[in-house]
Amino acid sequence: MLRFFFLRLGRAALTVALVVTFAFVVLRLSGDPALIIMSVDAPPEAIAAFRKAWGLDDPIWLQYLRYFSAIGQGELGQSMRDGRPALELVAERIPATLALTLPALALKLGIGIPAGIYASLHRDSLIDRIVMVTAVAGFTVPSFVLGLVLVLIFSVQLGWLPSGGQESWRHAILPVLTLGIGGAAVLARFTRSAMLEVLGQSYIRTASAKGVPWPAVVRGHALPNAAVPTVTIVGFMVGSLIAGAVVVESVFSWPGVGRLLVVSVANRDLAIVQCILLLVAITMVSANLIVDLLYGVLDPRLRSGAKAGAH
Amino acid sequence: MSTVLDRFGTVADPLVEINGLTVAFDGVKVLHGIDLSVARGEAVGLVGESGCGKSVTWLAALGLLPKKASVSGNVRLGSTELIDAEPDVLDTVRGGRIAMIFQDPASALNPVLRLGKQVGEALALHGGLSGAAIRAEARRLFDLVGIPDAARRLDAFPHELSGGQNQRVMIAMALAGKPDLLVADEPTTALDATIQAQILELLTKIRRETDMALVLISHDLGVISQTCDRVCVMYAGRIIETAEAQSLFDTPLHPYTQGLIAALPPLEGVRRRLDPIEGNVPEPWNLPPGCAFAPRCPRRGEACDAGVPPLAWKAPGRFAACIKALQAEPVRPREPVYA
Repeated sequence: MLRFFFLRLGRAALTVALVVTFAFVVLRLSGDPALIIMSVDAPPEAIAAFRKAWGLDDPIWLQYLRYFSAIGQGELGQSMRDGRPALELVAERIPATLALTLPALALKLGIGIPAGIYASLHRDSLIDRIVMVTAVAGFTVPSFVLGLVLVLIFSVQLGWLPSGGQESWRHAILPVLTLGIGGAAVLARFTRSAMLEVLGQSYIRTASAKGVPWPAVVRGHALPNAAVPTVTIVGFMVGSLIAGAVVVESVFSWPGVGRLLVVSVANRDLAIVQCILLLVAITMVSANLIVDLLYGVLDPRLRSGAKAGAH
Repeated sequence: MSTVLDRFGTVADPLVEINGLTVAFDGVKVLHGIDLSVARGEAVGLVGESGCGKSVTWLAALGLLPKKASVSGNVRLGSTELIDAEPDVLDTVRGGRIAMIFQDPASALNPVLRLGKQVGEALALHGGLSGAAIRAEARRLFDLVGIPDAARRLDAFPHELSGGQNQRVMIAMALAGKPDLLVADEPTTALDATIQAQILELLTKIRRETDMALVLISHDLGVISQTCDRVCVMYAGRIIETAEAQSLFDTPLHPYTQGLIAALPPLEGVRRRLDPIEGNVPEPWNLPPGCAFAPRCPRRGEACDAGVPPLAWKAPGRFAACIKALQAEPVRPREPVYA
């Protein structure tokens, strides 16, 4: 178990390093921050000075080494715009993002999983069809469309809720709904198909044949088996708590990490973009790591070093 | 133990009595009125090709078919009617009065639950046991069915055991509720030949010790002959012959049964050519007008297509659904083949 854990941990660290490297290279190749931050018609001397100050004239591998060793010391650089530490700028946006993504996650779990289970248990019933149609719609409609539709209905037509900003909790309702509905739909679909797969298994019939009442068959025999594929999707959702709201934050002008990312990319504020990407990679990879470990808890077949050896 | 059938093909004082059991999936009939009774302590074999309705008969009797199946007829266990019974009635019967074990024990056991828990669940439901008593009794059952190192196996998961061991666990689980009848649905089909013999022996031993009735479902006449007192041969959703095991093997009446036995390699004596039955089982949605076996039957006559022959009395304790059956003769080995 310990060996398994360290193996996964090593792989996770490698993934983060790859993401950071990739982001570094792509960002350097995609445009000169000096020209964008100083604007094109700035005096050439000023641009040269800016380049020199941020080390942009050095060969890319030197910049990369410098950047990587700085990360090793916990130093994530400064914003090229206002000179504040990138980590600080990003960190102060995190609560705003979590204020959207955490309630949205609760919504996804609270609606998606029960809806999926219910649909699977009443297969081909009217409610199953409704759940599935909703799920497909929620699955395929992009979040900015859904967000705009919700704004059109609840802000423009009905005037019940504000269309953007972050003044009160009422401002969070529409973005949370936008995030939550799509995710709940995805989760409902996955839960339903995982449950249907499990309910068709022979061991479910065995449980019924030994006299276990149906609700207990579902709870004690079907759900623990259906949990494995469902946990994968939930893990992915947990992993995107930080970066999952980029589009929705932009639609609702919500000052979270996602908006900071969009603005910083446009401004070529490299330190900030890299800092956010590092953060996103770390959350995603940690969520994956937890899911991997959970697999072992949920399914004994995936546990390494099984106890009673099979001859 | 041999059981005498009366002139209506029913055992005296039946434990379970099935009458006119019919099952249809999406409007296609797969079971056309099964009449079958099982006496206390009796071992009945149900034999036939896959798809003939052997398993469906008992899944329907216990209400274990998917919802889209429409089931009619009667299945009586003592005074309890099982068809369309309330869920709580079925839950006490299942595992408590009639237990069932299945083919391929590896997939019939829940992969994420410890074996002790799966057996314990049946003990809690039907034995009214709890806590340490469950574990002690589960251990006793594991010993009874011959699982070595029982105490440790209780904490194992199905994937940690072999197929044969898992089938023993299934049997232990079935015995947990002290049922009056065990329905074993192809219990050895997924197992090696040597393990197969052990499992059949175990079933016979348990039956002798507990006086439990056994219904053994198999496509393998050899398996049936080893274990059962009485045999019902099924074809295309009907029972087409029933008799005591010995007389069925000695003098099969129905041409299909004759074909099955002719296709069986002899265990002793000279080797002979095996005679397969020509053709295929008709699809349930495309049955011939009369006898379902007629298209493949060597003795088919015009009258065979006139109507479905009923399972009729042919001799004491012997029933066959064939209008030509009275002319039947015992099957003898044909020309020997010297190889």
